[in-house]
Amino acid sequence: MRHSEAVLPSAIAEDKPKSRKKLRGSDKELSLLALPAVIYIFVFSYLTMFGVIIAFKNYRYDKGIWGSEWVGLANFKFFFLTEKAYIVTRNTVLYNVWFWIATTFCALFVAILLNEISRKWSKYYQTVMFLPTFVSWVVIMYLAQIFLHHDYGFVNRLLESFGLNRVRWYLEPADWPAILTIAHMWKSIGFSALVYYAGIVAIDPSYYEAARMDGATRFQMVRKITIPMLAPLITILLIMTIGSMFRGDFGLHFFVSGNSPLLYNTVDIIDTFVYRALSVSGDTSMAAAVGLYQSLVGFALVVAANYAVRKINEENSLW
Amino acid sequence: MSETALKRNRFGNAMIHLFFALLSIAIVAPFLLIVSVSLTDEKALVEFGYSFFPSRFSIIAYDFILRTPGALLRAYGNTIFITAAGTVLSLLITSMVAYTISRRDYRLRVPLTVYIFFTMLFSGGLVPFYILMTQYLHLKNSLWAIILPGMLSPFYVLIMKGFMGKIPHELIESAKVDGASEWRIFFRMILPLSTPALATLGLFIAFNYWNEWFNALLFIDSDRLVPLQLLLVRIMNTLDFLRNNSEYIQSLGLDMSQLPNESMRMALVILVAGPMMFIFPFFQKYFVQGMTVGSLKG
Repeated sequence: MRHSEAVLPSAIAEDKPKSRKKLRGSDKELSLLALPAVIYIFVFSYLTMFGVIIAFKNYRYDKGIWGSEWVGLANFKFFFLTEKAYIVTRNTVLYNVWFWIATTFCALFVAILLNEISRKWSKYYQTVMFLPTFVSWVVIMYLAQIFLHHDYGFVNRLLESFGLNRVRWYLEPADWPAILTIAHMWKSIGFSALVYYAGIVAIDPSYYEAARMDGATRFQMVRKITIPMLAPLITILLIMTIGSMFRGDFGLHFFVSGNSPLLYNTVDIIDTFVYRALSVSGDTSMAAAVGLYQSLVGFALVVAANYAVRKINEENSLW
Repeated sequence: MSETALKRNRFGNAMIHLFFALLSIAIVAPFLLIVSVSLTDEKALVEFGYSFFPSRFSIIAYDFILRTPGALLRAYGNTIFITAAGTVLSLLITSMVAYTISRRDYRLRVPLTVYIFFTMLFSGGLVPFYILMTQYLHLKNSLWAIILPGMLSPFYVLIMKGFMGKIPHELIESAKVDGASEWRIFFRMILPLSTPALATLGLFIAFNYWNEWFNALLFIDSDRLVPLQLLLVRIMNTLDFLRNNSEYIQSLGLDMSQLPNESMRMALVILVAGPMMFIFPFFQKYFVQGMTVGSLKG
């Protein structure tokens, strides 16, 4: 190997990295290192971006992308003229907004309390809270059914023991925003609390010492020091939420609800709708149109969110 | 601190611990419940429902599964292959490209960075991806359909780049003076120096592959190729309509007792998800590192 390397004159570049032209050979070698990823990204990201033309065609598997006929905006019309468009968009956005509010409150609360107790205990509680992070939504689907099963479910048996009627959970759309919130919080509280906890730990302790000298209570310190110091972090997380406002957690909505059709009104989001249109009803082109709608709005939101970050703090912006 | 303040403080601490004790119970409860159900006699389940303590203890569910473990073992085999192959390949192409964009003197650094990170802003969506995978790459019913899609993510590149960017440039320069090629520098020097980052990211990637179900759901039909998570989905799907509509089943004249038993399904969940539940928490620290970089700096 050594021989072939020695032949490459540019690899033994002069010690001035500024003399750019001399680095040509080195650039080529580096490009070769990047090549697998470049090809990968081309195929899996850029080719599929090009594939959005399916949304403007009546795609048929036997005719392929080129062979299928152009239909203009028919797929979009078909989607937006139904009530579905409104329902899935509303659900996706509202769940995102609501989860952000609930998570911020709960995670902040938990993180602040974690900081009030000894490190040893705080670490122990964190480990417990983190456990559900490792569980997939598929497994959580089973956990949910243990609680919600009509005949044997823990919740229904509990209701019965209080003399109340059983509930057909998987047929009652009205209860699902609450159920999904519980499932979401159960799975994510450990991680989101940890993000805020890390933020709190990073606050300069001298602030607290000074406050303590002045006789501040715990509550005052939380209100006047912790929360204001965490404001940038909260803002960043808010902006990230805005950027992904049009994307939902497929696993949560699909599996936890058992994909029960009677719950679609309150559970269905754009992601699950597209999945079903593609793989259940076989409405490929319409699914592509909805996917493109999601991507385009998502793109606009990310750009807007990034613009907002730049206004607040340039360092945190994506570009 | 005054006497009363101290007392108030101690009371406050007790309340905080009480809060966390209750929260911990709420978080652990579903796990306890599923373990209990898997260890309960089937008839007792039907009679008393699911409860935290087995109304009649029985290990028959485990006995049943482990006597004919074919499907379970095959699913483990598939998942282990996906995780191992996927993690190695993913780490390799991620670190290779991350290294190049961490090099300030690489001429194509800026265009390459834009090329990679633009994919975070816009995607073609599920349908073009599905058509690409099935019609052009012909990956329906192939384990590669699970390995390939998650192999490279801009987040992974970002994590690796962040680490590799901290390797002093003088090291690379001196290796070049000694006549080493870029490839040699990368594989002999950069990769070994990056072991901590590779371990953190590798663990994170492995976890994602281990728990993967989305691509399996889309692309795997064959019984032989089912990974662990899809095995669970399948077992639920055959029953999820029936189990919530027992009256409907009775009206069809079907016998509920013919359906595969409840405890067995929960035992299967534990055999599928249990082992990793014991292993992953030991690596929590690394997960947190991976996830915070992924979600915050992304």
